[in-house]
Amino acid sequence: MVLLPAFGYLPVLGADTFHLEAWQDLWAHAGLHRSVLLSYFSGLITALVALFIVVLFLAASQGTWIDRAIRRMVSPLLAIPHAAVAFGLAFLIAPSGLLVRWASPGLTGWERPPDLLIVNDPFGLALMAGLILKEVPFLLLMSLAALPQLRPEQRVTLARSLGYAPGIAWLKCVFPALYPLIRLPVYAVIAYATSVVDMALILGPTLPPTLSVSVLTWFNDPDLSRRFMASAGAVLQFGVTLAALLTWWLGEQGIKRLCQRWLANGSRASGATAIAFGGRALLLAVTLLAISALAGLALFSVAGFWRFPDALPGTFTLDHWQRILPGVATPLINTLSVGLAATLIAAVLVVATLEHAARHHLPALRAQWLLYLPLIVPQVAFLFGLVVAVESIAIRPQHALVVAVHLLFVVPYLYLSLSESYRRLDPRWVQVALSLGVPPWRAFWQVRLPLLLTPLLTACAVSLAVSIGQYLPTLLLGGGRVPTITTEAVAMASGGNRRLVAVLALLQALLPFIGFSLALMIPRLVWAKRRQMRGAA
Amino acid sequence: MKPRTTLTTAVATAMLSLALPAMAAPDPNDWDAVLQAAEGQTVYWNAWGGDSRTNRYIAWVSEQMQSTYGVDVEHVKLDDTGSAVARVLGEKQAGNMDDGRIDLIWINGENFAAMREQDLLFGPFAESLPNFALTHPDENPEVVTDFTLPTEGYESPWGKAQITFYYDSAQTETPPHSIADLLEWAKDNPGQFSYPRIPDFTGSTFLKQALIELSNQDDALYAPVVEAEFAEITAPLWDYLDELHPYLWRSGRSFPESGPNLRALMSDGELSLAFSFYPTDAAVAVMEYELPESVRSYVLEGGTLGNVHFVAIPYNSPHKAGAMALANFLLSPEAQAQKQSLSMWGDRTVLAASRLDENDKALFEQGEIHPSALPADALSNTLAEPHPSWMTALQDAWLKRYGVN
Repeated sequence: MVLLPAFGYLPVLGADTFHLEAWQDLWAHAGLHRSVLLSYFSGLITALVALFIVVLFLAASQGTWIDRAIRRMVSPLLAIPHAAVAFGLAFLIAPSGLLVRWASPGLTGWERPPDLLIVNDPFGLALMAGLILKEVPFLLLMSLAALPQLRPEQRVTLARSLGYAPGIAWLKCVFPALYPLIRLPVYAVIAYATSVVDMALILGPTLPPTLSVSVLTWFNDPDLSRRFMASAGAVLQFGVTLAALLTWWLGEQGIKRLCQRWLANGSRASGATAIAFGGRALLLAVTLLAISALAGLALFSVAGFWRFPDALPGTFTLDHWQRILPGVATPLINTLSVGLAATLIAAVLVVATLEHAARHHLPALRAQWLLYLPLIVPQVAFLFGLVVAVESIAIRPQHALVVAVHLLFVVPYLYLSLSESYRRLDPRWVQVALSLGVPPWRAFWQVRLPLLLTPLLTACAVSLAVSIGQYLPTLLLGGGRVPTITTEAVAMASGGNRRLVAVLALLQALLPFIGFSLALMIPRLVWAKRRQMRGAA
Repeated sequence: MKPRTTLTTAVATAMLSLALPAMAAPDPNDWDAVLQAAEGQTVYWNAWGGDSRTNRYIAWVSEQMQSTYGVDVEHVKLDDTGSAVARVLGEKQAGNMDDGRIDLIWINGENFAAMREQDLLFGPFAESLPNFALTHPDENPEVVTDFTLPTEGYESPWGKAQITFYYDSAQTETPPHSIADLLEWAKDNPGQFSYPRIPDFTGSTFLKQALIELSNQDDALYAPVVEAEFAEITAPLWDYLDELHPYLWRSGRSFPESGPNLRALMSDGELSLAFSFYPTDAAVAVMEYELPESVRSYVLEGGTLGNVHFVAIPYNSPHKAGAMALANFLLSPEAQAQKQSLSMWGDRTVLAASRLDENDKALFEQGEIHPSALPADALSNTLAEPHPSWMTALQDAWLKRYGVN
């Protein structure tokens, strides 16, 4: 459905021949190569930096209370929607933003905001910073879910007994085994970062914007003949994402070769202090930045007029909340009902698949990549086609359709977060139960599920957050009839009233936050008297 | 880049237009039947949802429609009207002829032109609405003309907008009163003015405003663009922008994303002069703590661009009766007066005062004018919108010249 118009075929616009005009228009479009490069590099650099920060932290982390505290601060960040982080960050670092306001005029002497291009910088640095803030918690959570099966303590202990410094021991003995397990999440990060729209609109470069933003602009252009170029652009976007993934894959191979010598060179301590310090400092910086961004939003949601460079608003008011709250009941209910339904269905599907695989000792699904396709194909590229397809088979948009399309995105994330824990669970627990004469279904309900309660709830919380964050799928497949807190927030964002946007962004962050809190609290309550059952999370 | 019209398309279009009247659409001339059919319907009204005041007004309309006509109105909040146009186009491509998702769209200009061109709208209906006569179209041609295109009854007028400048009187005392003045002002106050990045609607309007003044209101602007003349007519505009850009916010290396973003930048003290399509925008922003009380509004001496915004019904809306009842209610003196009041929204009425009786006129009386709002008489000097093809042509040319920095 996207491919055809890209080659000039869209009968409804009277175009029923195939030609390459759309591609010629696309190539001729001013700034196209810059847009492509921006998308390509922001994807790669974001993934690289986020992975670097996470790995360094894990290497430095010793399980001390500081490390646990940092780790606990990070996971709720996953709950904050991308757009909310982008808004918060933009306001934090803008020349008239929170940081400059706090430093002015005392430190800087600025009575007016300096005329500096920080947000929307042409190199996409602000965009990458925003993406890194969101991807670090994701990669960290994925790593933490995969780590226990590698028994990292034993590996590190062994290496340390051979005289390796702790951080080096982790990097040399644990990371090479960990990477294959978090490879798909890293690919998902690259795909997401090369094709992101909402964050790029707020933080990204403007002259020209990233490719995905341009594609969306063309799709929405009143001049309907732009459709052809938009479709060609969507295909190109897919190509850019693939190219970035391929580059990363090549890089993996290269690094594997290069590092073989380093892994085996026997150097035991060089760089250990840097790792111990840098690992914690970087993650702490990311966390603090995200929290200040959120604090900025909270401040704005109750701000009266706030003249630059005052450190705080001149007056405070609850007007903005009072304006928004009466209208959010329906969107909140929709958000929750769609999110819970999608999460529940996804959980049943994924657990059934995993249980089936576990009982029959099947290896990881070979068709796994199919599951991840929706994460890797850019949303702008296939959603318009999906709408036409759904309309053609005369299914009318409604809640069920929105739940179905959310499932496309929720299932892979749930599978991603749960499968490793599921597989690594010691099969002997269930074997013992079976040998005591318990039927398989009871062994499943009474032994396996309780043992997996913590990872299952975490995976559900991630899924709920993913569902809540969906904008384009909800709007397009819902035909505008399923307003959610996210569609309200994005619509409001187009009006630029930062105070009202802040209220909606906070509301939007609230639901997933509750989800994550429940995922943390329920195991504690259920296993109040059984410490060991509370799991690693 | 326009797709070629082929014979098959022409035939297909002809067949399509033959097929349309066969469907059971209510006849707008039989108003009682329309109201009867409307009762119990749910009208999905797709309208930009970025302004809480507009949203509040639509919520009020929804309550009135429910209690007076038994019509349920649902506001589908859009971030871009283009996405509604895309949806109707997608439905048409999929062959959905009578069960579309959209019953009413808030629309004008390019989007209307595109939908008309692709036959995506239901009509004519607007001129049959009982309240339509109150707009007095003979004296107010702008209610039946949208960017020079005759509306031919395919959209019904709803409100009026006009480019209005506003400035922070605490930062600058002498704002520019013409496009030429603006250049001098920007040189004296570098980095304190900007316009939204093309192809944004408000930004494109700024280009048209500048072009009208710089070309001395060339008549060519009110007809479709002739490619051979485009370069010559627009040359003064590009010279002007070349000179202006270094003195803009961020030295013209980046532009605000949209019209509302200008307001946010005013709020942050980054700009001290901005403009909006809504004459009451600045006053409303002061009331909502977004702008300081020292903000003042004005229009340029030669007048500024103004236009009317409309509502239209997609060809495949299943609730056309409800949509027409809603469009008619929007034209009632009561609804128009509510819309114009600053405490509700502050969008100007399309009704002609000469057509209202004393009681209805009284509805429009407002107390004191907000100090940040435009004086009531300042808006008389309205420039008409050029032909929509100019918008597209200017956007393309701008993006070629300035789209990559």
